[in-house]
Amino acid sequence: MESSVLKIENLAASFGEHTILKEINLSFSRNTLTAIMGPSGCGKTTLIRCINRMHELVPNARVSGKIFLDNQDVYETDPIIVRRQIGMVFQRPNPFPTMSIYDNAIAGYNLNGIKLRKEEMDQTVEESLRKAALWEEVKDSLHRKGSFLSGGQQQRLCIARALAMHPEVLLLDEPTSALDPKATAHIEELVSQLKNTITIIQVTHNIAQAARVSDFTAFLYLGELVEFGPTARMFTGPKDRRTDEYLSGKFG
Amino acid sequence: MNHSMANVAVPAASSKIKMQYKWGISEASFRRLLYFAGLILVFLLMAIFFSLVISSVPALRQFGFSFLIGKTWDPVRGEFGAFAFLVGTLMSSFMALLISMVFSLPVSIFLGEYFRHGNVSTFMKSVIELLAGIPSVIYGFWGLFLLVPLVRELETKLGVAPQGVGIFTSSLVLAVMIIPYASSIGTEVINLVPADLKEAALSLGATRFEVIRKVILPYAFSGIFAGVLLALGRALGETMAVTMVIGNSNFLPHSIFSPGNTMASVIANEFTEATGSLYLASLIELALVLFIVTTIINILGKLIIRKMSTEK
Amino acid sequence: MGKIETSVHRRIWVDKLFKTLIILLSLSSIVPMFLILFLITKNGISVVNWEFLSQLPKPVGETGGGISNAIFGTLWLIGLSFIVSVPLGIFAGIFLSEYRGGKTAYLTRLSIEILQGIPSIVIGIIAYVWVVMPMGSFSALSGGVALGIMMLPVIVMATEETLKLVPDSLREASLALGVSYPRTIMKVILPAGLSGILSGILLGIARVAGETAPLLFTAFGSPFMNQNILKPISSLPLTIFNYATSPYPEWHTLAWGASFVLISFVLGLNLITKLVTKKWKVQF
Repeated sequence: MESSVLKIENLAASFGEHTILKEINLSFSRNTLTAIMGPSGCGKTTLIRCINRMHELVPNARVSGKIFLDNQDVYETDPIIVRRQIGMVFQRPNPFPTMSIYDNAIAGYNLNGIKLRKEEMDQTVEESLRKAALWEEVKDSLHRKGSFLSGGQQQRLCIARALAMHPEVLLLDEPTSALDPKATAHIEELVSQLKNTITIIQVTHNIAQAARVSDFTAFLYLGELVEFGPTARMFTGPKDRRTDEYLSGKFG
Repeated sequence: MNHSMANVAVPAASSKIKMQYKWGISEASFRRLLYFAGLILVFLLMAIFFSLVISSVPALRQFGFSFLIGKTWDPVRGEFGAFAFLVGTLMSSFMALLISMVFSLPVSIFLGEYFRHGNVSTFMKSVIELLAGIPSVIYGFWGLFLLVPLVRELETKLGVAPQGVGIFTSSLVLAVMIIPYASSIGTEVINLVPADLKEAALSLGATRFEVIRKVILPYAFSGIFAGVLLALGRALGETMAVTMVIGNSNFLPHSIFSPGNTMASVIANEFTEATGSLYLASLIELALVLFIVTTIINILGKLIIRKMSTEK
Repeated sequence: MGKIETSVHRRIWVDKLFKTLIILLSLSSIVPMFLILFLITKNGISVVNWEFLSQLPKPVGETGGGISNAIFGTLWLIGLSFIVSVPLGIFAGIFLSEYRGGKTAYLTRLSIEILQGIPSIVIGIIAYVWVVMPMGSFSALSGGVALGIMMLPVIVMATEETLKLVPDSLREASLALGVSYPRTIMKVILPAGLSGILSGILLGIARVAGETAPLLFTAFGSPFMNQNILKPISSLPLTIFNYATSPYPEWHTLAWGASFVLISFVLGLNLITKLVTKKWKVQF
């Protein structure tokens, strides 16, 4: 039986007067890929940003509830430690423009002032770039600036950067929405391989993508968790009418 | 690059993440540092103002308001009246403004309407920028050796005492120096006049000149005025170029060709030789007046600009 | 019918005249700059040679001599003003770019705008009151303080403007890696804005390098090469002022040479700034 590595209990989140999420209860099993879906404005991005405590960085943002990472409440832990244990990849690739590919990959260590020996650094860089399926393409130009890569390559670099920290959970916020179809396919393939070694939570707009790649699917609507279950079941026999309508493309 | 991915080093790196923490400055302290930096600047400004006031106290106490209307500046007798310098400052600055506007307004129209892009525009903009970058003492030097002889000739032709130096010469130099300041904001404002207003006028058969005169200039008026104010602020405080060509006389100037002094130039001239606390305090009081006047003019100009950009 | 035609004809003629007038007046306004550059080059370039740049000035009546003390003094004063203004200026700029609203930020911004408009001679008086009077003598230190106060607004504004342009996505990427706020600012945001901050510093240097008024009674000037910050020191603009207003023609010649050196320095800095901005500007 898979253990749940991440458990969300009664999560509510808001921006000032606007309530974004209400009473979310969800749990994620180890080494699985869960897709978070729903129409625009349903709160999916806010949900994952609550997991790594990025939501609270915005002024007037409020969060209540508990999120357990390996049985420890994320909201009782120092947010910096939480963010080091949970990786995030954003919608638009954002490699650090002043750093080389090499430095981008181990940015999590360098920026945090964590000292590694040269062999450790080289090893971490190579390993994470391989896991992100980028190693072969950049191994001869590791010291060039990251901004010279194509969009898809930049995004894979961001994935490598997150993986280099050996996070417990990897959060992906619509990682392919800014990329062309070829780059999208590349990353989809990469993600479906990665899910066997790390727990992934992916926000996506792309229903077909979710059906292809994810093990579990969560459907959010207007800030509420409408339905959650194994992907196959969600698509073939959804329990809620709204889930059915969304997954068959009727709205959203 | 070795390909043996021994997992020995990996746990070490990841455990370091969890171990090494809490060194380096905390967020709260850093934010306090930033706040502090901002506050230092506020205190700096207040300290400048208070220092000027405190150092002027001997003169303020002695002369009070008559400091500004006193016509005699006689260090030997201890009489310090700044009226001559007020007149000198106002005369040279306003003349400089008038002369400068003859050129800077066309520059604003040139850059804002006729040549808004392209090589000519870039060239003109770069040269104007360079004008602003030339040090004041070099303007003064140039004024001394080129303008003064020319003005002397002019004065001879006019039958006036051919001194060459004087208020008129200083306003010539000042006029050149403030062209960049008078024209920059005007250029921006003219550039920002909405295209549909201009096109509406043009489609009614107006010539470009008429569009400029009847649509653009009225619309951009407050911006141009703000530019004039800021240029005035600059002219009032200008020291070196003025000192070198104004003739340095402490008597009330009776014509534009008279030698004279501005508040700034008399400070430059006499400060190092000022003996006695009253003398020094009087000069510092002049600096205080300069500070207050230029600050008011600058804030006024910036307020107008801010009001313009929120309205439009 | 004829009346309308002639009136249109006249309006077109006026339009053309106006445009010509605008162009003529605009071009005339840049004539002085070329005149100045021409004059300085013509009179100054022949004076500048190695001896001129490396020797100390000779007493009146003796020929030769140079402005090495002035060149050194200018550089020394720039260095001092750097120390006074750059760290404080950058941190204040970071403060303003991180705190867009709020009372302190508003007051700070206002103070910077006012500071920027203060005449340089008033700053000189302040440095006199704060440094020269307590010390009892003129000094390079007081000159550095005066120039530093003048550089502050330039650096603060350049830093604030540059950092405002750094996109939030970089900040998020860093914070998501568990990097603390101070480190995010200093190691990600600040480096991303380096080219803008650097050009602000260079422009500030170009500005203070040419300042004379604030040095008249602080640094005061000196015929000697001086490394002691507690003693008076020379500078290029001070030298030009003293020589140009002196009655000795030999010194006038030296003033032309010094002007040539100063103008080359200032214009050169402006050029370098443009190149720096272009080459080092980070693309987001």
